[in-house]
Amino acid sequence: MANKISLNLISGRTIQQGVCIESGKEKPSYRTACGIIEMDPSDLRKMGAWKNTNVKVTSEFGSVIVKAVETTQGPHPGVGFIPMGPWANSVISPNTYSTGMPTFKGVPVTVEVAINEPILLGIELVQKQCGVKVG
Amino acid sequence: MTKTMTDVVCPFCGTLCDDLEVSLSDDGKQILEVYNACVIGTEKFLHSQAKDRVTRPRMRQEDGSWKEVSYDEAVEYTAKILANAKKPLMYGWSSTNCEAQSVGHEIAEMCGACVDNTAAVCHGTTLIAVQDIGIPSCTLGEIKNRADRIIFWGCNPAHAHPRHMSRYSIYPRGFFTGKGHKSRKIVVVDPRVTDTASLADIHLQVEQGRDYELLNALRVALNNEWLPDVVAGIPQEKIREVAEVCKSGRFGIIFFGMGVTQSLSKNHNIDEAIALTKHLNEFTKFSIMPMRGHYNVTGSGEVLAWQFGFPYSVDLSRGFARYNPGDTSTIDLLLRGEVDAMLTIASDPGAHFPISAVKQIAKIPSVAIDPHLTPTTGVSKLHVPVAFVGVEVGGNAYRMDNVPIDTRKVVDPPAGMLTDEEFLTKVRDRVKQLKGVK
Repeated sequence: MANKISLNLISGRTIQQGVCIESGKEKPSYRTACGIIEMDPSDLRKMGAWKNTNVKVTSEFGSVIVKAVETTQGPHPGVGFIPMGPWANSVISPNTYSTGMPTFKGVPVTVEVAINEPILLGIELVQKQCGVKVG
Repeated sequence: MTKTMTDVVCPFCGTLCDDLEVSLSDDGKQILEVYNACVIGTEKFLHSQAKDRVTRPRMRQEDGSWKEVSYDEAVEYTAKILANAKKPLMYGWSSTNCEAQSVGHEIAEMCGACVDNTAAVCHGTTLIAVQDIGIPSCTLGEIKNRADRIIFWGCNPAHAHPRHMSRYSIYPRGFFTGKGHKSRKIVVVDPRVTDTASLADIHLQVEQGRDYELLNALRVALNNEWLPDVVAGIPQEKIREVAEVCKSGRFGIIFFGMGVTQSLSKNHNIDEAIALTKHLNEFTKFSIMPMRGHYNVTGSGEVLAWQFGFPYSVDLSRGFARYNPGDTSTIDLLLRGEVDAMLTIASDPGAHFPISAVKQIAKIPSVAIDPHLTPTTGVSKLHVPVAFVGVEVGGNAYRMDNVPIDTRKVVDPPAGMLTDEEFLTKVRDRVKQLKGVK
């Protein structure tokens, strides 16, 4: 049975993210590289989902649909990792605590299965959230 | 016969590799192959050749569609929104050369703008900490030739700075490090078992966000004082082992990244990391260095510092330079809704700012100067494509250790395209007219 689980979210670079920002953020490959959440296998089991399932990640700052993948840089139970990009930044904390720096790492989130929800392309995701009219 | 250009500088990350070789077509117009670069650097050079590249400025229309405009029209729009704004923001600068940055700052001074670079979401907290207590640092060359204790704290160069380890920090054989990686002990501190951690002699899998405690515990261990059984998820025996490894080295270095700058304790993490470095110098030689991301974010800090006295988050709106992160920093300015026009250059806040800040960019008159299509161009009113610095135009850039390196031009940009510096110079001249500056 699918459950909603709580994770501590961090974001950061991956080499695939680096390649995709240089090869074109308008392309689906950017979504493949960054529209994901890397999770520990034990957390996937807790959530009751197979790897490569679409999930909804929610924090107090927003929510986003990404693909839950099994981490290649684990184990890290309790920690979720979304590569830096618009998907991560839809849910991370903008609070700077007067340092100028948002809190990109260490954001409490919940993750739940959202198998029928689509994962948007990078530019599309930002435009949609900003209400930009696209012709 | 194809030509090969040697000693090409890679314009991707702060490692600023200067040993690339690029093979060109007979006429010197087409990049065929890139040698010695990492996969990201290679992609940057090859993608500049994309056939579907946008080569002329585009203005967003009422119906949301793009309309191609001339560079002159783009200059006019940019100059007007900056000159007419009460508090314009000029953000980015980290993927362009120092020459363009300098021209941009002239515009900022005339318009009373806030100027900020990508340190705002990267190593800004490092800069605060450096101002707090200073920084004992060195060059990457010294590390290659001397360092036998390497600590990667909250950074993952295997992914973010792919050639850092082979050129400087783990593998190279230097003057006093002739056995290469065998002459070095590697410690990685990261809440994940990263690909860098897999190369380490010791990996401390710190609890996320508890770096300050662990840094402090290492200082306690250096003095052989009492420690709890476990600090930040690490057993005290392990902490004492790492302290001994550090003390026993001849020359050590702490490289640190977003793991410490972006977690909750922010600049205080760096304060403590620098204090640890200072403390280690009571036992041996130790240095510390931020792993800078964009290839010329360091240069932006340098140019801002020598022109205005501060390395980022500079507010010129009162006619003189003010600096107060939290007040004059980009994210805070946007979240408070204080900015009424924005110029973005050589960076992508649309992808890398919290979405609540990006929503503000979408609301105001905005220009994005970028060779690529990005989420920032996707929410801006005007997109100005320019030549790739380091590929289609040279210029000065600063490596992460503050060493300036001149990047090289490899091929011509598509016909009629301007560089960052050329476009900004036109904007500067137009702003001068609008403001009546002689």
